[in-house]
Amino acid sequence: MNLTLKVWRQAGPSDRGRLVTYEAKHVSPDMSFLEMLDVVNEDLIARGEDPIAFDSDCREGICGACSCMIDGVPHGPDRGTTTCQLHMRHFKDGDTITIEPWRARAFPVLKDLVVDRSAFDRIIQAGGFISVNTGGAPDANLIPVPKPDADKAFDAAACIGCGACVAACKNASAMLFVSAKVAHLGYLPQGQSERDARVRNLVMAMDAQGFGACTNTYDCEAACPKEIPADFISRMNRDYRSALLKGDA
Amino acid sequence: MRWLWQGLTTSVGTKFLMALTGMFLFLFTVAHMVGNLQVFAGPDQLNAYAAGLKKLGPLLWVMRLGLLATFVAHILCAFSLVKRNEEARPVQYAVKRPIAATYASRTMIMSGLIVLAFVVYHLAHFTLGWTHGDHFALRDAQGRHDVYRMVVLGFQSPFVALSYVVAMVFLGLHLSHGAASLFQSMGWNRKKYSCFFAGAARGLAMLVVLGNLAMPLSILFRLVGQEVTP
Ligand code: HEM
Ligand code: FES
Repeated sequence: MNLTLKVWRQAGPSDRGRLVTYEAKHVSPDMSFLEMLDVVNEDLIARGEDPIAFDSDCREGICGACSCMIDGVPHGPDRGTTTCQLHMRHFKDGDTITIEPWRARAFPVLKDLVVDRSAFDRIIQAGGFISVNTGGAPDANLIPVPKPDADKAFDAAACIGCGACVAACKNASAMLFVSAKVAHLGYLPQGQSERDARVRNLVMAMDAQGFGACTNTYDCEAACPKEIPADFISRMNRDYRSALLKGDA
Repeated sequence: MRWLWQGLTTSVGTKFLMALTGMFLFLFTVAHMVGNLQVFAGPDQLNAYAAGLKKLGPLLWVMRLGLLATFVAHILCAFSLVKRNEEARPVQYAVKRPIAATYASRTMIMSGLIVLAFVVYHLAHFTLGWTHGDHFALRDAQGRHDVYRMVVLGFQSPFVALSYVVAMVFLGLHLSHGAASLFQSMGWNRKKYSCFFAGAARGLAMLVVLGNLAMPLSILFRLVGQEVTP
């Protein structure tokens, strides 16, 4: 199939950037979206032009590096998939596809489709961890974890930190990401001692990075390639409220 | 008290205030509608209800000021959130397609501002008597404020009735998202009962809109109060 691509090209963080139109010819429906971009880049390199910069690493949907806004939807039209796992059979011959980077103040564009997502790392540094003493590894199953809690914690831990929730949200809010971190540690016994401090520190760090607030539109959960439910956001709101009211002033 | 201010001015804290004030405003609209539906029970019932409210004296003022404070807090939180949210995305997408976000959820500030404009007009109309001073001055046979005739004469005018109808459509839009959204912001959503609560709240919001529409429409089409003439 043949496609027309409108791709965001931006030479660097201070460049204004613009959409540039490219023809993608002889695209196989079995290609992944990134493989399609690879082929376009081969052409660009052969013509002596700068290839389109985009993030990718594992290309199997587990690392969270890939991050394309495809026709106004993070990771494209297929639900529960990352850009690297999106296949060209979801498009039709002759389609025009617009490809943009994530847009958020907290995610500045570095080049073309590549954004700096270290704001997520700074949030994690503020509380997305549990403090343990190092030393000999404890015995497995020393701390009993009820199966339903383990399952919930695991659902939250499925987050790959790609930022699709922020990209989809009309407020560029990171609530789904942060709430997944709050839940993933908050459901486990190891996470209890720091539970109140964690939710407060994570929320303050999220605000400090310049992410927006939540309007409960739920575009985040719809865009999440790991289908993390927005229920976790309600749980975070609950945790935050109880953390606020507890403790010494 | 610094902890409280700090805690409530974060993104999550402001949304908590938004939901808390929104919930009180929502409950007020329910009570307000139930009270006013007494227009269908005739002049005596409605005027007695109005006189009863006035007799509350200082308590009425406590309620009024509480309501005003809640309303102002809701609006201040709205502006603070809208500003935060706009700043969070300085560069817009060339193409953006909502996936799950409803129209109502994306336009809360628009529907809210229309409700605000309506509330100002509504107070000028029925509470302060600025727009129809002659209707406002009417007294019934027992010398009470003739709320019934004031309302009927007001809604017999197509322009006045229409403005109420339009406002109710936007209140309905605001609450079709807000009534369910508040459960999420308050942290009450759990899979087990969220669909029940959200459905019930949306149903109640729908009742408020329908009840409030019934009054101007039935008067405009002379189903009620046809005996009242200017
Ligand atoms: C009778 C009047 C009103 C009622 C019953 C009402 C009710 C509500 C409710 C229940 C919510 C949901 C809270 C949540 O998302 O958790 C809400 C949100 C909101 N309201 Fe109102 N509201 C009223 C008036 C207004 C006015 C006058 C404004 C205008 C400034 C406004 C602006 C907003 C905005 C912007 C939101 C969404 C904030 C966000 O989530 O980002 N509302 N309202
Ligand atoms: S490249 Fe790793 S998730 Fe797409």
